[in-house]
Amino acid sequence: MFNLFKKKTVTCKKCSAEVSEKSLKDNLYICPECNAYLRMGAYERLDMVCDKGTFCETDGDLTSLNHISFPGYDDKLADAAEKSGISEAVICGTAEIDSMPCAVFAMDSNFMMGSMGSVVGERLTRLFELAAEQGLPVVGFTTSGGARMQEGIFSLMQMAKVSGAVKKHSDAGNLYVTVLTDPTTGGVTASFAMLGDIIIAEPNALVGFAGARVIEQTTGKALPAGFQRAEFILEHGFADAIVERPVLKSTLANILKIHTCKARR
Amino acid sequence: MENTAYDRVTAARSSQRALGGYYVKNLIDDFIELHGDRRFGDDAAIVSGIGYLDNQPVTVIAMERGDTLEDRMKRHFGCPTPEGYRKALRLMKEAEKFGRPVVCFIGSSGAYPGIDAEERGQGEAIAENLYEMMTLKTPIISVVVGEGGSGGALALGVGDTVIMMENAVYSVISPEGCASILWKDSANAPEAAEALKLTSQDLYDFKVIERVIEENGKSQEEITADLKQAISEVISQKQKLSIEELLAERYDKFRKIGVYK
Repeated sequence: MFNLFKKKTVTCKKCSAEVSEKSLKDNLYICPECNAYLRMGAYERLDMVCDKGTFCETDGDLTSLNHISFPGYDDKLADAAEKSGISEAVICGTAEIDSMPCAVFAMDSNFMMGSMGSVVGERLTRLFELAAEQGLPVVGFTTSGGARMQEGIFSLMQMAKVSGAVKKHSDAGNLYVTVLTDPTTGGVTASFAMLGDIIIAEPNALVGFAGARVIEQTTGKALPAGFQRAEFILEHGFADAIVERPVLKSTLANILKIHTCKARR
Repeated sequence: MENTAYDRVTAARSSQRALGGYYVKNLIDDFIELHGDRRFGDDAAIVSGIGYLDNQPVTVIAMERGDTLEDRMKRHFGCPTPEGYRKALRLMKEAEKFGRPVVCFIGSSGAYPGIDAEERGQGEAIAENLYEMMTLKTPIISVVVGEGGSGGALALGVGDTVIMMENAVYSVISPEGCASILWKDSANAPEAAEALKLTSQDLYDFKVIERVIEENGKSQEEITADLKQAISEVISQKQKLSIEELLAERYDKFRKIGVYK
Protein backbone atom coordinates (compact mmCIF):
# COMPACT_ATOMS: atom_id res chain seq x y z
CA MET A 1 0.00 0.00 0.00
CA PHE A 2 2.83 2.34 0.88
CA ASN A 3 4.32 1.79 -2.57
CA LEU A 4 1.39 3.56 -4.16
CA PHE A 5 2.54 6.80 -2.63
CA LYS A 6 6.19 6.21 -3.28
CA LYS A 7 7.64 8.58 -5.82
CA LYS A 8 8.50 6.76 -9.04
CA THR A 9 12.14 7.15 -9.91
CA VAL A 10 14.27 6.35 -12.93
CA THR A 11 17.97 5.49 -12.82
CA CYS A 12 20.14 7.39 -15.28
CA LYS A 13 21.99 4.84 -17.40
CA LYS A 14 25.05 7.06 -17.57
CA CYS A 15 25.59 8.48 -14.08
CA SER A 16 23.23 6.18 -12.12
CA ALA A 17 21.49 9.15 -10.49
CA GLU A 18 17.99 8.44 -9.17
CA VAL A 19 15.68 10.96 -10.77
CA SER A 20 11.95 11.24 -10.26
CA GLU A 21 9.95 10.34 -13.35
CA LYS A 22 8.12 13.64 -13.28
CA SER A 23 11.23 15.81 -13.10
CA LEU A 24 12.86 13.74 -15.83
CA LYS A 25 9.83 14.23 -18.05
CA ASP A 26 9.80 17.96 -17.35
CA ASN A 27 13.46 18.02 -18.33
CA LEU A 28 12.71 16.27 -21.68
CA TYR A 29 14.35 13.06 -20.47
CA ILE A 30 17.73 14.70 -20.15
CA CYS A 31 19.39 13.66 -16.88
CA PRO A 32 19.50 16.74 -14.63
CA GLU A 33 22.65 15.41 -12.99
CA CYS A 34 24.86 14.55 -15.97
CA ASN A 35 23.02 15.94 -19.01
CA ALA A 36 22.83 12.51 -20.67
CA TYR A 37 20.10 12.13 -23.30
CA LEU A 38 18.00 9.23 -22.08
CA ARG A 39 15.89 7.20 -24.49
CA MET A 40 12.29 8.26 -24.98
CA GLY A 41 9.17 6.31 -25.90
CA ALA A 42 7.40 7.00 -29.19
CA TYR A 43 4.44 8.86 -27.66
CA GLU A 44 6.73 10.99 -25.46
CA ARG A 45 8.66 11.94 -28.60
CA LEU A 46 5.52 12.93 -30.44
CA ASP A 47 4.27 14.86 -27.38
CA MET A 48 7.52 16.82 -27.35
CA VAL A 49 7.17 18.16 -30.90
CA CYS A 50 3.51 17.99 -31.92
CA ASP A 51 1.06 20.74 -30.97
CA LYS A 52 -1.09 19.60 -28.07
CA GLY A 53 -4.04 17.46 -29.13
CA THR A 54 -3.19 17.41 -32.85
CA PHE A 55 -1.67 13.93 -33.12
CA CYS A 56 -3.95 11.45 -34.84
CA GLU A 57 -2.55 7.93 -35.03
CA THR A 58 -2.74 5.93 -38.27
CA ASP A 59 -2.68 2.14 -38.73
CA GLY A 60 -2.28 1.51 -35.02
CA ASP A 61 -4.38 -1.64 -35.47
CA LEU A 62 -1.80 -3.40 -37.66
CA THR A 63 -0.09 -6.11 -35.65
CA SER A 64 2.63 -8.66 -36.31
CA LEU A 65 2.27 -12.29 -37.32
CA ASN A 66 4.75 -15.10 -36.88
CA HIS A 67 4.53 -16.04 -40.54
CA ILE A 68 7.74 -18.07 -40.71
CA SER A 69 7.01 -19.81 -37.37
CA PHE A 70 10.23 -18.46 -35.87
CA PRO A 71 10.95 -20.09 -32.50
CA GLY A 72 9.84 -17.93 -29.59
CA TYR A 73 8.61 -15.00 -31.70
CA ASP A 74 4.98 -15.15 -30.52
CA ASP A 75 6.08 -14.95 -26.89
CA LYS A 76 8.52 -12.15 -27.67
CA LEU A 77 5.78 -10.11 -29.34
CA ALA A 78 3.36 -10.59 -26.44
CA ASP A 79 6.11 -9.72 -23.97
CA ALA A 80 7.13 -6.60 -25.93
CA ALA A 81 3.55 -5.35 -26.12
CA GLU A 82 3.05 -5.90 -22.40
CA LYS A 83 6.33 -4.36 -21.25
CA SER A 84 6.30 -1.37 -23.61
CA GLY A 85 2.56 -0.71 -23.49
CA ILE A 86 2.62 0.15 -27.20
CA SER A 87 1.41 -1.79 -30.25
CA GLU A 88 4.62 -1.97 -32.32
CA ALA A 89 8.09 -0.48 -32.74
CA VAL A 90 6.87 2.54 -34.67
CA ILE A 91 3.93 4.87 -34.09
CA CYS A 92 2.70 6.84 -37.10
CA GLY A 93 0.13 9.53 -37.68
CA THR A 94 -0.66 13.06 -38.69
CA ALA A 95 -0.17 16.11 -36.50
CA GLU A 96 0.63 19.79 -36.47
CA ILE A 97 3.93 21.35 -35.52
CA ASP A 98 3.53 25.06 -34.81
CA SER A 99 0.19 24.84 -36.63
CA MET A 100 1.82 23.34 -39.74
CA PRO A 101 0.24 20.03 -40.76
CA CYS A 102 2.61 17.11 -41.26
CA ALA A 103 2.91 13.35 -41.12
CA VAL A 104 4.98 12.08 -38.20
CA PHE A 105 6.49 8.85 -36.99
CA ALA A 106 8.44 7.86 -33.92
CA MET A 107 10.17 4.55 -33.37
CA ASP A 108 10.39 3.08 -29.91
CA SER A 109 13.32 1.05 -28.61
CA ASN A 110 11.15 -0.38 -25.82
CA PHE A 111 9.42 -2.61 -28.38
CA MET A 112 11.88 -5.32 -29.44
CA MET A 113 14.70 -2.78 -29.67
CA GLY A 114 12.82 -0.82 -32.32
CA SER A 115 13.43 -3.60 -34.81
CA MET A 116 11.75 -3.39 -38.21
CA GLY A 117 9.43 -6.17 -39.28
CA SER A 118 6.45 -6.19 -41.63
CA VAL A 119 4.29 -3.97 -39.41
CA VAL A 120 6.94 -1.28 -39.02
CA GLY A 121 7.54 -1.41 -42.79
CA GLU A 122 3.84 -1.32 -43.62
CA ARG A 123 2.95 1.48 -41.21
CA LEU A 124 5.80 3.64 -42.54
CA THR A 125 5.02 2.85 -46.19
CA ARG A 126 1.37 3.80 -45.66
CA LEU A 127 2.44 6.99 -43.90
CA PHE A 128 4.72 8.08 -46.77
CA GLU A 129 2.03 7.18 -49.32
CA LEU A 130 -0.56 9.18 -47.38
CA ALA A 131 1.83 12.12 -47.06
CA ALA A 132 2.63 11.97 -50.79
CA GLU A 133 -1.08 11.94 -51.62
CA GLN A 134 -1.90 14.83 -49.30
CA GLY A 135 1.28 16.83 -49.97
CA LEU A 136 2.42 16.65 -46.35
CA PRO A 137 5.99 16.83 -45.09
CA VAL A 138 7.17 13.86 -43.00
CA VAL A 139 9.03 14.32 -39.71
CA GLY A 140 10.32 11.10 -38.20
CA PHE A 141 12.31 9.92 -35.19
CA THR A 142 14.44 6.83 -35.72
CA THR A 143 15.70 4.39 -33.12
CA SER A 144 16.30 0.79 -34.00
CA GLY A 145 18.53 -2.20 -33.64
CA GLY A 146 17.88 -2.93 -37.32
CA ALA A 147 15.78 -5.45 -39.21
CA ARG A 148 13.77 -7.90 -37.08
CA MET A 149 15.42 -11.28 -37.67
CA GLN A 150 12.38 -13.16 -36.36
CA GLU A 151 10.59 -12.26 -39.60
CA GLY A 152 13.41 -13.53 -41.81
CA ILE A 153 13.50 -12.24 -45.38
CA PHE A 154 10.25 -10.29 -44.88
CA SER A 155 12.01 -7.89 -42.52
CA LEU A 156 14.90 -7.36 -44.93
CA MET A 157 12.50 -6.53 -47.75
CA GLN A 158 10.87 -3.78 -45.66
CA MET A 159 14.03 -1.75 -46.24
CA ALA A 160 13.33 -1.71 -49.98
CA LYS A 161 9.60 -1.19 -49.52
CA VAL A 162 9.93 1.82 -47.23
CA SER A 163 12.76 3.34 -49.31
CA GLY A 164 10.51 3.09 -52.36
CA ALA A 165 7.72 4.92 -50.56
CA VAL A 166 10.17 7.61 -49.39
CA LYS A 167 11.22 8.06 -53.04
CA LYS A 168 7.62 8.37 -54.16
CA HIS A 169 7.01 11.01 -51.48
CA SER A 170 10.16 12.88 -52.46
CA ASP A 171 9.48 12.75 -56.21
CA ALA A 172 6.14 14.41 -55.50
CA GLY A 173 8.11 17.37 -54.11
CA ASN A 174 7.60 16.79 -50.40
CA LEU A 175 9.96 17.37 -47.49
CA TYR A 176 11.25 14.60 -45.25
CA VAL A 177 13.15 15.37 -42.05
CA THR A 178 14.69 12.59 -39.99
CA VAL A 179 15.78 12.91 -36.40
CA LEU A 180 18.34 10.22 -35.55
CA THR A 181 18.09 9.21 -31.92
CA ASP A 182 20.01 6.74 -29.77
CA PRO A 183 20.52 4.10 -31.13
CA THR A 184 19.85 4.03 -34.90
CA THR A 185 21.60 1.08 -36.49
CA GLY A 186 21.54 -1.70 -39.10
CA GLY A 187 18.75 -1.91 -41.64
CA VAL A 188 17.04 1.26 -40.46
CA THR A 189 20.23 3.31 -40.91
CA ALA A 190 20.68 1.61 -44.29
CA SER A 191 17.23 2.71 -45.45
CA PHE A 192 14.83 5.46 -44.39
CA ALA A 193 16.95 6.94 -41.56
CA MET A 194 19.55 8.14 -44.06
CA LEU A 195 17.07 9.27 -46.71
CA GLY A 196 15.88 12.55 -45.18
CA ASP A 197 16.23 15.77 -47.14
CA ILE A 198 17.42 17.07 -43.81
CA ILE A 199 18.98 14.80 -41.22
CA ILE A 200 19.15 15.91 -37.60
CA ALA A 201 20.85 13.93 -34.86
CA GLU A 202 20.46 14.10 -31.10
CA PRO A 203 23.65 14.75 -29.11
CA ASN A 204 25.74 11.61 -28.59
CA ALA A 205 23.21 9.34 -30.33
CA LEU A 206 24.73 6.10 -31.64
CA VAL A 207 24.24 5.99 -35.40
CA GLY A 208 25.79 3.38 -37.67
CA PHE A 209 25.30 0.39 -39.90
CA ALA A 210 27.51 -2.42 -38.58
CA GLY A 211 27.68 -3.23 -34.88
CA ALA A 212 30.78 -2.13 -32.99
CA ARG A 213 31.57 -5.67 -31.84
CA VAL A 214 31.33 -7.09 -35.37
CA ILE A 215 33.68 -4.39 -36.66
CA GLU A 216 36.21 -5.08 -33.90
CA GLN A 217 36.07 -8.83 -34.51
CA THR A 218 36.38 -8.48 -38.29
CA THR A 219 39.14 -5.90 -38.41
CA GLY A 220 40.96 -6.65 -35.16
CA LYS A 221 41.26 -2.90 -34.65
CA ALA A 222 40.29 -0.85 -31.61
CA LEU A 223 37.47 1.58 -32.34
CA PRO A 224 38.30 5.29 -32.08
CA ALA A 225 36.73 7.34 -29.26
CA GLY A 226 33.31 8.66 -30.21
CA PHE A 227 32.96 6.12 -33.05
CA GLN A 228 29.45 6.12 -34.59
CA ARG A 229 28.24 8.88 -32.29
CA ALA A 230 26.22 11.82 -33.63
CA GLU A 231 29.28 14.08 -33.53
CA PHE A 232 31.22 11.52 -35.62
CA ILE A 233 28.32 11.29 -38.10
CA LEU A 234 28.21 15.09 -38.38
CA GLU A 235 31.98 15.33 -38.80
CA HIS A 236 31.90 12.80 -41.64
CA GLY A 237 29.12 14.59 -43.45
CA PHE A 238 26.16 12.27 -42.84
CA ALA A 239 23.99 14.59 -40.74
CA ASP A 240 23.05 18.22 -41.23
CA ALA A 241 23.00 19.26 -37.60
CA ILE A 242 23.00 18.10 -34.01
CA VAL A 243 20.05 19.66 -32.25
CA GLU A 244 19.37 19.67 -28.50
CA ARG A 245 15.96 18.66 -27.20
CA PRO A 246 14.91 22.02 -25.73
CA VAL A 247 15.14 23.62 -29.19
CA LEU A 248 14.12 20.63 -31.31
CA LYS A 249 10.51 21.64 -31.80
CA SER A 250 11.38 25.21 -32.76
CA THR A 251 14.11 23.96 -35.13
CA LEU A 252 11.68 21.56 -36.82
CA ALA A 253 9.09 24.33 -37.05
CA ASN A 254 11.61 26.66 -38.68
CA ILE A 255 12.60 23.98 -41.19
CA LEU A 256 8.97 23.25 -42.04
CA LYS A 257 8.22 26.94 -42.37
CA ILE A 258 11.03 27.73 -44.79
CA HIS A 259 9.89 24.88 -47.01
CA THR A 260 6.34 26.17 -47.29
CA CYS A 261 6.94 29.90 -47.26
CA LYS A 262 7.12 31.58 -50.69
CA ALA A 263 8.73 34.90 -49.75
CA ARG A 264 9.01 36.58 -46.38
CA ARG A 265 7.76 40.10 -46.06
CA MET B 1 22.97 -33.66 -52.64
CA GLU B 2 22.16 -30.66 -50.45
CA ASN B 3 19.22 -31.16 -48.15
CA THR B 4 19.15 -29.06 -45.01
CA ALA B 5 19.06 -25.27 -45.03
CA TYR B 6 22.54 -25.19 -43.53
CA ASP B 7 23.86 -27.50 -46.28
CA ARG B 8 22.74 -24.82 -48.71
CA VAL B 9 24.50 -22.15 -46.67
CA THR B 10 27.68 -24.23 -46.82
CA ALA B 11 27.24 -24.77 -50.57
CA ALA B 12 26.61 -21.05 -51.16
CA ARG B 13 29.83 -20.21 -49.30
CA SER B 14 31.99 -22.97 -50.81
CA SER B 15 35.32 -21.76 -52.19
CA GLN B 16 34.54 -23.87 -55.28
CA ARG B 17 31.30 -22.06 -55.97
CA ALA B 18 30.80 -20.05 -59.15
CA LEU B 19 30.10 -16.46 -58.07
CA GLY B 20 29.86 -13.02 -59.67
CA GLY B 21 33.25 -13.00 -61.37
CA TYR B 22 32.63 -16.42 -62.91
CA TYR B 23 29.30 -15.38 -64.38
CA VAL B 24 30.69 -12.10 -65.72
CA LYS B 25 33.42 -14.10 -67.47
CA ASN B 26 31.09 -16.80 -68.75
CA LEU B 27 27.88 -14.94 -69.56
CA ILE B 28 29.09 -11.60 -70.82
CA ASP B 29 30.82 -11.14 -74.18
CA ASP B 30 33.28 -8.31 -74.87
CA PHE B 31 33.15 -7.21 -71.22
CA ILE B 32 34.75 -3.85 -70.45
CA GLU B 33 35.37 -3.35 -66.74
CA LEU B 34 34.63 0.14 -65.43
CA HIS B 35 36.15 1.27 -62.16
CA GLY B 36 35.59 3.79 -59.41
CA ASP B 37 32.78 5.67 -57.69
CA ARG B 38 34.03 9.16 -58.78
CA ARG B 39 33.81 10.16 -55.12
CA PHE B 40 36.55 8.47 -53.18
CA GLY B 41 37.85 5.22 -54.60
CA ASP B 42 37.36 1.91 -56.31
CA ASP B 43 36.08 -1.14 -54.45
CA ALA B 44 37.42 -4.44 -55.74
CA ALA B 45 34.56 -6.36 -54.06
CA ILE B 46 32.35 -5.10 -56.89
CA VAL B 47 33.30 -5.92 -60.47
CA SER B 48 31.25 -3.86 -62.88
CA GLY B 49 31.15 -2.81 -66.47
CA ILE B 50 29.44 -3.14 -69.83
CA GLY B 51 29.20 -5.94 -72.36
CA TYR B 52 26.80 -8.17 -74.23
CA LEU B 53 24.54 -10.92 -72.97
CA ASP B 54 23.31 -12.87 -75.99
CA ASN B 55 24.06 -9.83 -78.17
CA GLN B 56 22.03 -7.57 -75.87
CA PRO B 57 24.10 -4.70 -74.42
CA VAL B 58 23.94 -4.82 -70.61
CA THR B 59 25.50 -3.16 -67.58
CA VAL B 60 26.78 -5.79 -65.19
CA ILE B 61 27.43 -5.32 -61.47
CA ALA B 62 28.83 -8.31 -59.62
CA MET B 63 30.08 -9.02 -56.12
CA GLU B 64 33.37 -10.88 -56.32
CA ARG B 65 35.39 -12.35 -53.46
CA GLY B 66 38.54 -13.27 -55.44
CA ASP B 67 40.63 -16.42 -55.88
CA THR B 68 43.96 -16.32 -54.06
CA LEU B 69 44.24 -15.25 -50.44
CA GLU B 70 45.92 -12.00 -51.47
CA ASP B 71 43.18 -11.29 -53.99
CA ARG B 72 40.52 -12.09 -51.41
CA MET B 73 42.02 -9.71 -48.87
CA LYS B 74 42.04 -6.96 -51.48
CA ARG B 75 38.37 -7.62 -52.15
CA HIS B 76 37.40 -7.95 -48.46
CA PHE B 77 36.22 -11.46 -49.36
CA GLY B 78 33.51 -9.94 -51.52
CA CYS B 79 32.08 -7.64 -48.84
CA PRO B 80 31.51 -4.25 -50.49
CA THR B 81 32.52 -0.92 -49.00
CA PRO B 82 30.46 2.25 -49.57
CA GLU B 83 32.60 2.92 -52.65
CA GLY B 84 31.39 -0.37 -54.13
CA TYR B 85 27.73 0.55 -53.71
CA ARG B 86 28.36 4.06 -55.05
CA LYS B 87 30.22 2.66 -58.07
CA ALA B 88 27.25 0.34 -58.67
CA LEU B 89 24.82 3.25 -58.52
CA ARG B 90 26.99 5.38 -60.82
CA LEU B 91 26.95 2.63 -63.42
CA MET B 92 23.23 2.03 -63.00
CA LYS B 93 22.65 5.71 -63.75
CA GLU B 94 24.87 5.39 -66.81
CA ALA B 95 22.82 2.38 -67.91
CA GLU B 96 19.60 4.35 -67.39
CA LYS B 97 20.89 7.16 -69.59
CA PHE B 98 21.46 4.75 -72.46
CA GLY B 99 18.41 2.55 -71.82
CA ARG B 100 20.58 -0.49 -71.15
CA PRO B 101 19.32 -3.27 -68.85
CA VAL B 102 21.23 -3.82 -65.59
CA VAL B 103 22.17 -7.29 -64.38
CA CYS B 104 23.40 -7.65 -60.78
CA PHE B 105 25.08 -10.73 -59.30
CA ILE B 106 24.80 -11.03 -55.53
CA GLY B 107 27.06 -13.30 -53.48
CA SER B 108 28.69 -12.11 -50.29
CA SER B 109 28.22 -12.41 -46.57
CA GLY B 110 27.26 -8.73 -46.45
CA ALA B 111 28.49 -5.16 -46.51
CA TYR B 112 32.02 -4.76 -45.16
CA PRO B 113 32.01 -4.03 -41.42
CA GLY B 114 34.97 -1.67 -41.09
CA ILE B 115 35.84 1.57 -39.33
CA ASP B 116 36.54 3.27 -42.66
CA ALA B 117 33.32 1.90 -44.19
CA GLU B 118 31.34 3.48 -41.33
CA GLU B 119 33.27 6.76 -41.66
CA ARG B 120 32.29 6.95 -45.29
CA GLY B 121 28.63 6.12 -44.70
CA GLN B 122 27.98 2.43 -45.31
CA GLY B 123 24.36 2.87 -44.22
CA GLU B 124 23.85 5.92 -46.43
CA ALA B 125 25.38 4.15 -49.44
CA ILE B 126 23.04 1.16 -49.12
CA ALA B 127 20.00 3.39 -48.47
CA GLU B 128 20.77 5.48 -51.53
CA ASN B 129 20.87 2.38 -53.74
CA LEU B 130 17.50 1.10 -52.46
CA TYR B 131 16.01 4.54 -53.04
CA GLU B 132 17.42 5.12 -56.52
CA MET B 133 16.97 1.58 -57.83
CA MET B 134 13.24 1.74 -57.13
CA THR B 135 12.79 4.34 -59.90
CA LEU B 136 15.71 3.57 -62.21
CA LYS B 137 14.24 3.85 -65.70
CA THR B 138 15.66 0.65 -67.17
CA PRO B 139 15.08 -3.04 -66.39
CA ILE B 140 17.03 -4.44 -63.42
CA ILE B 141 17.59 -8.18 -63.04
CA SER B 142 19.21 -9.33 -59.80
CA VAL B 143 20.62 -12.82 -59.47
CA VAL B 144 21.53 -14.27 -56.07
CA VAL B 145 24.36 -16.64 -56.97
CA GLY B 146 25.88 -17.30 -53.55
CA GLU B 147 25.19 -16.01 -50.06
CA GLY B 148 22.77 -13.10 -50.12
CA GLY B 149 23.79 -11.46 -46.88
CA SER B 150 21.41 -8.86 -45.48
CA GLY B 151 21.29 -5.16 -46.45
CA GLY B 152 24.60 -5.44 -48.24
CA ALA B 153 22.99 -7.89 -50.67
CA LEU B 154 19.69 -6.02 -50.97
CA ALA B 155 21.66 -2.94 -52.11
CA LEU B 156 21.95 -4.72 -55.49
CA GLY B 157 18.66 -6.57 -55.10
CA VAL B 158 15.90 -4.10 -55.94
CA GLY B 159 15.28 -5.82 -59.27
CA ASP B 160 12.21 -6.16 -61.52
CA THR B 161 12.97 -9.85 -61.40
CA VAL B 162 15.06 -11.54 -58.73
CA ILE B 163 16.49 -14.90 -59.73
CA MET B 164 18.10 -17.30 -57.25
CA MET B 165 20.37 -20.22 -57.92
CA GLU B 166 18.94 -23.36 -56.32
CA ASN B 167 21.65 -23.60 -53.66
CA ALA B 168 22.02 -19.88 -53.04
CA VAL B 169 20.65 -18.44 -49.79
CA TYR B 170 19.26 -14.99 -49.01
CA SER B 171 18.78 -13.82 -45.44
CA VAL B 172 18.32 -10.85 -43.15
CA ILE B 173 21.16 -12.09 -40.91
CA SER B 174 23.76 -14.86 -41.13
CA PRO B 175 22.74 -18.10 -39.38
CA GLU B 176 25.77 -17.65 -37.10
CA GLY B 177 24.75 -14.10 -36.19
CA CYS B 178 21.19 -15.21 -35.56
CA ALA B 179 22.29 -18.16 -33.43
CA SER B 180 24.59 -16.06 -31.28
CA ILE B 181 21.80 -13.59 -30.56
CA LEU B 182 19.15 -16.24 -30.00
CA TRP B 183 21.02 -19.08 -28.32
CA LYS B 184 24.19 -17.19 -27.36
CA ASP B 185 26.14 -19.72 -29.40
CA SER B 186 27.02 -19.54 -33.10
CA ALA B 187 27.36 -23.34 -33.10
CA ASN B 188 23.57 -23.42 -33.35
CA ALA B 189 23.81 -21.95 -36.87
CA PRO B 190 22.17 -25.00 -38.52
CA GLU B 191 19.02 -24.53 -36.39
CA ALA B 192 19.07 -20.80 -37.12
CA ALA B 193 19.38 -21.49 -40.85
CA GLU B 194 16.21 -23.61 -40.69
CA ALA B 195 14.36 -20.99 -38.67
CA LEU B 196 15.30 -18.10 -40.97
CA LYS B 197 13.73 -19.78 -44.06
CA LEU B 198 16.52 -18.65 -46.34
CA THR B 199 16.56 -21.20 -49.18
CA SER B 200 15.62 -20.48 -52.79
CA GLN B 201 12.50 -22.63 -52.38
CA ASP B 202 11.38 -20.70 -49.26
CA LEU B 203 11.85 -17.36 -50.97
CA TYR B 204 10.08 -18.53 -54.11
CA ASP B 205 7.12 -19.71 -52.01
CA PHE B 206 7.08 -16.34 -50.21
CA LYS B 207 7.01 -14.58 -53.62
CA VAL B 208 10.12 -12.63 -52.66
CA ILE B 209 11.94 -13.98 -55.74
CA GLU B 210 10.53 -14.89 -59.14
CA ARG B 211 12.71 -17.66 -60.51
CA VAL B 212 14.96 -20.47 -59.33
CA ILE B 213 17.73 -21.91 -61.53
CA GLU B 214 18.14 -25.61 -60.83
CA GLU B 215 21.62 -26.71 -59.93
CA ASN B 216 21.45 -30.15 -58.40
CA GLY B 217 22.34 -32.89 -60.86
CA LYS B 218 23.56 -30.42 -63.46
CA SER B 219 27.02 -29.52 -64.70
CA GLN B 220 28.28 -25.98 -64.23
CA GLU B 221 28.08 -25.50 -68.03
CA GLU B 222 24.40 -26.48 -68.05
CA ILE B 223 23.67 -24.22 -65.07
CA THR B 224 25.42 -21.29 -66.75
CA ALA B 225 23.50 -21.85 -69.99
CA ASP B 226 20.17 -22.04 -68.10
CA LEU B 227 20.92 -18.83 -66.25
CA LYS B 228 21.88 -17.08 -69.47
CA GLN B 229 18.62 -18.12 -71.07
CA ALA B 230 16.60 -17.04 -68.03
CA ILE B 231 18.20 -13.58 -67.92
CA SER B 232 17.69 -13.13 -71.67
CA GLU B 233 14.03 -14.08 -71.38
CA VAL B 234 13.44 -11.68 -68.50
CA ILE B 235 15.19 -8.83 -70.32
CA SER B 236 13.02 -9.28 -73.43
CA GLN B 237 9.86 -9.48 -71.30
CA LYS B 238 10.74 -6.31 -69.39
CA GLN B 239 11.72 -4.45 -72.56
CA LYS B 240 8.18 -4.90 -73.85
CA LEU B 241 6.85 -2.75 -70.99
CA SER B 242 6.70 1.02 -71.05
CA ILE B 243 8.92 2.71 -68.45
CA GLU B 244 5.77 3.67 -66.49
CA GLU B 245 4.58 0.05 -66.44
CA LEU B 246 8.04 -1.21 -65.55
CA LEU B 247 8.36 1.16 -62.57
CA ALA B 248 4.80 0.58 -61.38
CA GLU B 249 5.37 -3.19 -61.40
CA ARG B 250 8.69 -2.83 -59.57
CA TYR B 251 7.13 -0.65 -56.88
CA ASP B 252 4.13 -2.96 -56.44
CA LYS B 253 6.28 -6.04 -56.24
CA PHE B 254 8.16 -4.74 -53.18
CA ARG B 255 5.09 -2.89 -51.89
CA LYS B 256 3.26 -6.19 -51.44
CA ILE B 257 5.94 -7.89 -49.35
CA GLY B 258 5.02 -8.13 -45.69
CA VAL B 259 2.76 -10.18 -43.48
CA TYR B 260 0.59 -8.70 -40.74
CA LYS B 261 -2.92 -8.69 -39.39
